[in-house]
Amino acid sequence: MAQYLMSVLDDQARLASAEEMAAIDVFNEQLQADGQWVFAGGLASPGSATVVDGRDGDPVFTDGPYVESKEHVIGFWIIEAPHLDVALRLAAGGSKSCNRRVELRPFLG
Amino acid sequence: MTDVDEVISRIHREEWARVVATLARRFGDLDIAEDMAAEAFATAVERWPVEGVPPSPGAWLTTTAHRRAIDRLRREVRREEKHKEALMLSDTPEPLGAIDDDRLRLVFTCCHPALAMEVRIALTLRLVGGLTVPEIARAFLVQETAMGRRITRAKAKIKAARIPFGVPFREDLPARLTGVLAVLYLIFNEGYLASGPGTEAVRGDLTAEAIRLTRLVRVLMPADGEVAGLLALMLLTEARRAARVSASGELVTLVEQDRGAWDRELIAEGHALVRARLASGRAPGRYQILAAINAVHTDARDARDTDWSQVVALYDQLVSLDPSPIVRLNRAIAVAELDGPEVALAEVDGLPLEGYHAFHAARAALLRRLGRSEESRAAYDRAIGLAGNTAETAYLIRRRDQLAGRAPHSP
Repeated sequence: MAQYLMSVLDDQARLASAEEMAAIDVFNEQLQADGQWVFAGGLASPGSATVVDGRDGDPVFTDGPYVESKEHVIGFWIIEAPHLDVALRLAAGGSKSCNRRVELRPFLG
Repeated sequence: MTDVDEVISRIHREEWARVVATLARRFGDLDIAEDMAAEAFATAVERWPVEGVPPSPGAWLTTTAHRRAIDRLRREVRREEKHKEALMLSDTPEPLGAIDDDRLRLVFTCCHPALAMEVRIALTLRLVGGLTVPEIARAFLVQETAMGRRITRAKAKIKAARIPFGVPFREDLPARLTGVLAVLYLIFNEGYLASGPGTEAVRGDLTAEAIRLTRLVRVLMPADGEVAGLLALMLLTEARRAARVSASGELVTLVEQDRGAWDRELIAEGHALVRARLASGRAPGRYQILAAINAVHTDARDARDTDWSQVVALYDQLVSLDPSPIVRLNRAIAVAELDGPEVALAEVDGLPLEGYHAFHAARAALLRRLGRSEESRAAYDRAIGLAGNTAETAYLIRRRDQLAGRAPHSP
């Protein structure tokens, strides 16, 4: 089994609608029932991010996200799947449920 | 070339995919499969001329490659003591679909939709077709090192993302097969209308390779109509290859081709495939319809005998499956033969194909027939500016310069 990160992408800081939330709940329950769930969560808006550089002496804090980009990650799933074909299906289901695009990326095995 | 050399290159063509595919399944690693298959063939080149060709060359190659792979893995295991990782291999997914052949798994892996199209093409030619990296680089006018990197990155993604070595889920099979056929058709088309300046107009090596790979897929999936349709389409197109470029290196249009130079054997094979599909009574997909259109053309001994109403009817069927502007452009070109250039031009104008050379070439030809020379000339200019094939450019320039009115000039 391998683990994959499914990042949910959005170009604006809108919360999931009630309808989307309901669909996400159904999707999550299915993941759990099928033993494919590892973790999931939504993120606060990019404006709430702080970049921290602790590599050299006193940590340096920078307000805001690391990269200004048109799209940001607003939530994610971590799923478990035997191979990419299964993961792609789950990603398609996740994308449909939250009504946004997702980026699927494997963890280092 | 000596006899043994010829035997080796024939066996390379016949056995490469099987050796790579068998190793890929056994070891779950395309790198190992590719490297060890190449080593086994190199060993054959060294030893067969001296020791003779073994009675079962395919089995000899697979066994040799297999032994080498085990040796390499043992060395790696000893070196890194990562026993499990070297043998992670056993957890490759089992076949999920109905078809069980390692070569088919290999085809589906190389054409996986999570890989970019140019990556799928390169991987398929390397791992299934057995072309070398320099050969593929030349075919697509890419630097050898860049092509090597492209293939290495693809194999790394397959490993890291765990693209399975297997045939797709049954529900995914139609879409995945369409993806495989698209890769094969792109390889064929790159050969048939080579896009680079300074390359040959028609690259027989690429068209032959595409046909060979499609034949292989057909052996693996004999019941699929679209596989048969694509093979028929390629054969009926390839049959006209010799007549397609003139002695002076100019593209010759279908209507003007010397039909005596067409390859009758390929045409017969293509026609038989098309007839078998028609007899099946099942609704044809796009490749089957395209093959049927080509069957109508190759059925006519003289261009004037072409059954254009049949061609237009087939294009109508294609438009209902795929109403894309390019299909509608091709339909309009057939309509010109049936209903005249004016009707056709009305259909061509307004298609959103401003950046496509064939759109302007078609307009130029229709405007010429309507006697609208100045507009025709402008359309030829646009087509010449956009065309990438040397023979096609030469043809378009001659046709433009034949237009009445202004004196001929070079581009």
